[in-house]
Amino acid sequence: MISLNNVHKSYVTGSNSLHVLKGIDLEINSGEFVSIMGSSGSGKSTLLNILGILDNYDEGSYYLNGSLVKDMSEKKAARLRNELVGFVFQSFNLISFKNAMENVALPLYYQGVNRKKRNKIAEEYLDKVGLLEWATHLPSEMSGGQKQRVAIARSLISQPKIIFADEPTGALDTSTSYEVMDILKEINDDGITVILVTHEHDIASMTQKIVRLKDGRIDEIIKNGELKNFQHQYAKELETA
Amino acid sequence: MFDLDLWKEILSALKKNRMRSFMTAFGVFWGIFMLIIMSGAGRALENGVMDGIKAFASNSAFFWTERTSVPYKGFQRGRRWNYKNTDIEYIKANISDIEYLSPRLFGPSSGGGDNVIRGKKTGAFNIYGDYPEFFKIDPWTPLQGRLINTIDIQHSRKVVNIGERVVEVMFDKDEDPIGEYLKINGVYFQVVGVVKGETRVNIGNGRKNETIIMPFTTMQKTFNMGDDVHFFSVTSQPGVPVSKVEARLKELMKERHSVAPDDQQAVGSFNIEVEWKKYMGLFTGIQLLTWIVGIGTLLAGVIGVSNIMLVIIKERTQEIGIQRAIGATPGKVILHIVAESVFLTVLAGYLGLALGVGLLELLNMVLEMNAGGSDDIFFRRPEISFRMAVGALSVLVVSGIFAGLIPARRAVSIKPIDALRDE
Repeated sequence: MISLNNVHKSYVTGSNSLHVLKGIDLEINSGEFVSIMGSSGSGKSTLLNILGILDNYDEGSYYLNGSLVKDMSEKKAARLRNELVGFVFQSFNLISFKNAMENVALPLYYQGVNRKKRNKIAEEYLDKVGLLEWATHLPSEMSGGQKQRVAIARSLISQPKIIFADEPTGALDTSTSYEVMDILKEINDDGITVILVTHEHDIASMTQKIVRLKDGRIDEIIKNGELKNFQHQYAKELETA
Repeated sequence: MFDLDLWKEILSALKKNRMRSFMTAFGVFWGIFMLIIMSGAGRALENGVMDGIKAFASNSAFFWTERTSVPYKGFQRGRRWNYKNTDIEYIKANISDIEYLSPRLFGPSSGGGDNVIRGKKTGAFNIYGDYPEFFKIDPWTPLQGRLINTIDIQHSRKVVNIGERVVEVMFDKDEDPIGEYLKINGVYFQVVGVVKGETRVNIGNGRKNETIIMPFTTMQKTFNMGDDVHFFSVTSQPGVPVSKVEARLKELMKERHSVAPDDQQAVGSFNIEVEWKKYMGLFTGIQLLTWIVGIGTLLAGVIGVSNIMLVIIKERTQEIGIQRAIGATPGKVILHIVAESVFLTVLAGYLGLALGVGLLELLNMVLEMNAGGSDDIFFRRPEISFRMAVGALSVLVVSGIFAGLIPARRAVSIKPIDALRDE
């Protein structure tokens, strides 16, 4: 599904160049539930943005669903994002003057689905995340957890193959975080690849595979079987902290 | 295709910034409003002036005689001379480009005193002897009775057409002037028509409504003018510049009356065509100026729209980022912004157009009311043509597109990721 080969990325601001990703090799298969961890500045968000075709990279190669993603035109990238990829953001990024249903329906609008049809589909997806009765409410009238669930419904409506979530629980309290993770898990159970960025160990430990970044390189990859081990290690880290 | 979401987004975007949207729209509104008002005023001036002269034959020229200024063929300079009756046929025979030729005689001058008497009423008026052809050049309308005609000429009838002012002075109210007699310089003439000039152009002296017109032949005989002709009114055939006729006629008359060919003074003439062209140039100039100023004002408004759209884009960077992240193509984003800009411009422009036209209409009503049906206003029917309205609207749409395009390109050049980070 996803194949990264020696991907480099630098940000150039004026005369300063910041080398953020220093050669990433990563394989993610279809149906995996992956989290990307790392301290701030380790390049995890940059990696996610490249994976989500929101940003481009300088060197190496990135194959998404079998096709090379490099130097794509904005139009093509937009179409690919619309068809293959769903996004969930830390700050929800709902459009403030549209109600929940319209927000969820937005990706279908860009696909050219007519209004009646897409609103009906949007209601189905809102139902899936348990917010059908909130369909006509504006984002400002909802709690953080509700907003994130609307955002998840929005990311799902275009029936993507991959969901990218950038700190989806970053702005939520623990119990709401777990609710959101449960939904993401359900999505993954339906066969959709979910890739999330987090710096919370308990969140990461709910996924099947953890990619740890350190200074722009992959430090370690913890697979399913080792998760118990990871949880143990995490507990120890907490104790020492 | 009507895209409800697009319009919803546009309206909500504009509503979010009511004051700013209003101020921006006002720039465009003002531009188009000024354009309409100025153009309407220009047209009103044109109408006012043209109404007074448009019926007048624009291809006409007029000739009279002056003292000679060059000695020639044994004649000394300073000689007085006149056109003769025979010149009429001679000119007609030798200049084929002439459409109408109307000789005129100036009646006995009042010499400052009254020259017309009826009972106890007296008055001083301008008296002319004319051919019916004259009405083809400077049109007159009979308000009562009839105009002087060819039979009057043939029989040298002692009949006259009189202007409205003459009726006022020489007749009591409710009195019917038709068939009554006026004593002009001691001779009685019967009134056969009350006439009104269709134009404000006056060939002769004094005011147009103080005119008395009698048959040319009658005047010549009655007042002992021999075979003199004082004045020629001439129009050229359609398509022939009257200047050509003017030059030829002068040449012929000089030759025939032993006036030196290089005498610039002896044959006086006046060419309406030249004046007409001056007027036309003036009005074209006014319209041109209107457009330049109007477009300039409009441009300022449009730049305002463009400017405000840039600010809006800046404010909505994140929103645009979201849209891009979930699959909005650059084209869609551009369309959205351009549509918003066009909407704002056209709405404001349309309001300006409607209000401008409304004001002109109001002005027209007030003007006509004040004028009370009289012709003596030089500013009437302020209006703009349908073509101009359509033209102005197209300019608005095009400028709206341009105003939106710059910010739209800016919005698209922002990467989705940068847009999302912008908080």
